[in-house]
Amino acid sequence: MKHAKTATQNACKLCNPLGACLAFRGIENCVPFLHGSQGCATYIRRYLISHYKEPIDIASSNFHEETAVFGGSHNLKIGLKNVSDQYKPKVIGVATTCLSETIGDDVPGILREYKKEFKNGSPMPILIHASTPSYQGSHIDGFHAAVRATVTTLAEKGEEQSVINLFPNMVSPADLRYLKEIFADFQAPVMLLPDYSQTMDGGPWGEYHRIPPGGTPASAIVSAGSAAASIEFGSTLEASKSAAGYLEEAFDVPRYHLSLPIGIKESDKFFSLLETLTGKARPEKYEDERRRLIDAYADGHKYVFEKKVILYGEEDLVVAMTAFLSEIGMTPVLCASGGKSGLLKKRIKELIPDMEELGIKVREGVDFVDIEDEAKVLKPDFLIGNSKGYTMSRKNNIPLLRLGFPVHDRFGGQRMHHLGYRGTQELFDRIVNTVIEQRQNASSIGYTYM
Amino acid sequence: MEKITILEGRQKQIFEKKKGVAQPDIACDTSSLSGSVSQRACVFCGSRVVLYPVADAIHLVHGPIGCAAYTWDIRGAVSSGPELHRLSFSTDLQEMDVIYGGEKKLYHSLIELIEQYKPKAAFIYSTCIVGLIGDDIEAVCKKVAKETGIPVLPVHSEGFKGTKKDGYKAACLALMKLIGTGSTENISKYSINILGEFNLAGEAWIIRNYYEKMGVEVVATLTGDGRIDAVRRAHGATLNVVQCSGSMTWLAKEMETKYGIPYIRVSYFGIEDMSKSLYDVAKYFPDRPEIMEAAKQVVSEEVKTLYPSLQKFKKALTGKKAAIYVGGAFKTFSLIKALRSIGMSVVLAGSQTGNKDDYARLKEMCDEGTVIVDDSNPVELSKFILEKEADLLIGGVKERPIAFKLGIGFCDHNHERKIPLAGFVGMYNFALEVYQSVMSPVWQFAPRKGGTL
Repeated sequence: MKHAKTATQNACKLCNPLGACLAFRGIENCVPFLHGSQGCATYIRRYLISHYKEPIDIASSNFHEETAVFGGSHNLKIGLKNVSDQYKPKVIGVATTCLSETIGDDVPGILREYKKEFKNGSPMPILIHASTPSYQGSHIDGFHAAVRATVTTLAEKGEEQSVINLFPNMVSPADLRYLKEIFADFQAPVMLLPDYSQTMDGGPWGEYHRIPPGGTPASAIVSAGSAAASIEFGSTLEASKSAAGYLEEAFDVPRYHLSLPIGIKESDKFFSLLETLTGKARPEKYEDERRRLIDAYADGHKYVFEKKVILYGEEDLVVAMTAFLSEIGMTPVLCASGGKSGLLKKRIKELIPDMEELGIKVREGVDFVDIEDEAKVLKPDFLIGNSKGYTMSRKNNIPLLRLGFPVHDRFGGQRMHHLGYRGTQELFDRIVNTVIEQRQNASSIGYTYM
Repeated sequence: MEKITILEGRQKQIFEKKKGVAQPDIACDTSSLSGSVSQRACVFCGSRVVLYPVADAIHLVHGPIGCAAYTWDIRGAVSSGPELHRLSFSTDLQEMDVIYGGEKKLYHSLIELIEQYKPKAAFIYSTCIVGLIGDDIEAVCKKVAKETGIPVLPVHSEGFKGTKKDGYKAACLALMKLIGTGSTENISKYSINILGEFNLAGEAWIIRNYYEKMGVEVVATLTGDGRIDAVRRAHGATLNVVQCSGSMTWLAKEMETKYGIPYIRVSYFGIEDMSKSLYDVAKYFPDRPEIMEAAKQVVSEEVKTLYPSLQKFKKALTGKKAAIYVGGAFKTFSLIKALRSIGMSVVLAGSQTGNKDDYARLKEMCDEGTVIVDDSNPVELSKFILEKEADLLIGGVKERPIAFKLGIGFCDHNHERKIPLAGFVGMYNFALEVYQSVMSPVWQFAPRKGGTL
């Protein structure tokens, strides 16, 4: 039975400040700082830990009742001072919350005051401010807002350099490492932002690190304004909200906008762009990766052909996965997101012009109750998305292939690859294995070769 | 190693027990310092954890999406029947709602959710901005209660209006509105409520079973495996037994004032405290000595099987050192005793929300050299763990990665645990988990133990 639906039930999104905290975690020597209640920082830390299994310190200005009445200026300044003293950060990434946004704190003004008032104290960290009210958008918007704010604060025009800026979107630490490897193999200098490949998936510590090693150095971000080009992943990310968009507008750094490179076609676009920008042919290693992937497609094609999938998650991930699934003959009968950019359907239609005939349905701004209602009608063979779909998967007996964020009921979410030929290979293997396992379990014979 | 200093303004919340040194009271009950990475949460979190296990009510979070999203199915609180508590409902306030008010959205959400899920009651949690935008939650709740005929209870849990403890109180206020509205017919004179037991991994069932074996009726568990009807008749019990004292002492006191029900504090962790919590209840019913007899019987049977099974762990763990950092201080007392019973000493003990009396008692219990902290943060915890060469940290999800990064064992003693640690069987599970983590050979590769970086 269909019900009227005003409330969001089992949300398919998180709040704006979470994305900002993760992005700030990808800057070297940076402490994310939430201007709001204590709970926001604690909940977001807990949530990120469940996926990344790494300590993540997020400071908070700890609003009290008086703060809400008289404004957060005092708390923010004291908080910044305390964080500076205890963490000695190079950068503090301040993100707002629904509370500080609703009372209308002028955060840029407060930061200016702070720099004046405390200029004679310990070395002044670079202060970045991202506006991330939780009553707008979702975590992915906060992520992009923080990346853009970082570039806006730091980037300067200088003598043109050969470096390429890469804004990879909210991808896994393993993906970030792969992207760096690709640039290294092209012998092309890259400014990857954010880069939490080490801060959110690092080694053991012999001593306590207030801030874990790794991340993009502030000095590298400064020169983003004089880079040769920016590459930005994320098909629903508009220039007006993105870091590359800002750099193009402010410093004429050309913006190359791609979908997240998942699948052969989208990965090809990325590698071709790299060849164009660097003037070098792709290293043989990636030709090999691509050849192995095509070979694997051939070996596994029968398992996946015309399998019906419900796909959910951040819009950019959903678009990219749709491109990949359609090139291996799977049908994403529902492409769903809790995000609401207004662009999801348009981008999918650009990729797959005959999407309607193929039975591909697109819905944005949905929650898991909506998706489950759809699943009951669409009867997919698979769910593909983050761990949040598990309840629905279990209840309706539909296998779930986990990817993206968060993955908190399987091990190694931070080490999953999604991007490029290597990531696509891993995803393809996992998809095929899910089908095989299902068939094997369902078989009364117990075949040992599948 | 880099010297780690304590934040100015935090020194009074830290104490190291030393002979011949004046013993000041530890400062506590304060709000967290701005800019400190507290392990605490907020008022909303306090309310949410207390009411979370009530399984036949809907829990609607009135605010932007985050607060509901981060608390969706996060606790290990299980139910023997309905599971509405495992769903996440939010009014998901948007910018226009912030400008024009969220009352209408709240009203429609409630009416629809009650129609769809047919709950026995609804709890409405107000989050930070609800107070600011001036929504009259009370009025909406009253209206919906009238229209639907079920209790619709506002929980005033705006995140910034106090600490987690204030959230406990807001939750208890909502419970107090329910208590006293049900029939107390057929409730035995030998009856109790268990307060502050949340049925994590089925712990309330284990405890309930012990009391029932003793011939004591458990009227309501607040709020583990919670049911609205049971809460409504809780005032019919003879005694309140308070387990998580931080969250529920206020409610016990209210029930004492309003209904004349006395309360005792207990703990179900470790052999010593578990046994005592059965004896203390039995002692309360001296006119029926069979209850004490049965309590002794339960303890002796359980200990008879448990004790030998612990010896393997004790042998391995003797001399190992533990650090404890948990939510409530009362749990710390039990853990110190439980750890001692398997041969371990405690080098750091702390809590998010302990009070003055708790810390005074902690000081008494602890060995010399033990560090005691209130409302600590990762920097401090790590400093003491390394300095004191702990082999184990007991805490929650937020503390776990600190332990693992530093290369020491960890035992999850928080709301999210999936294995019961309460009761006699819980003591076995606890010892096993500590043993499995502390004795694992993987730590040989940790830099702390000489592994290469």
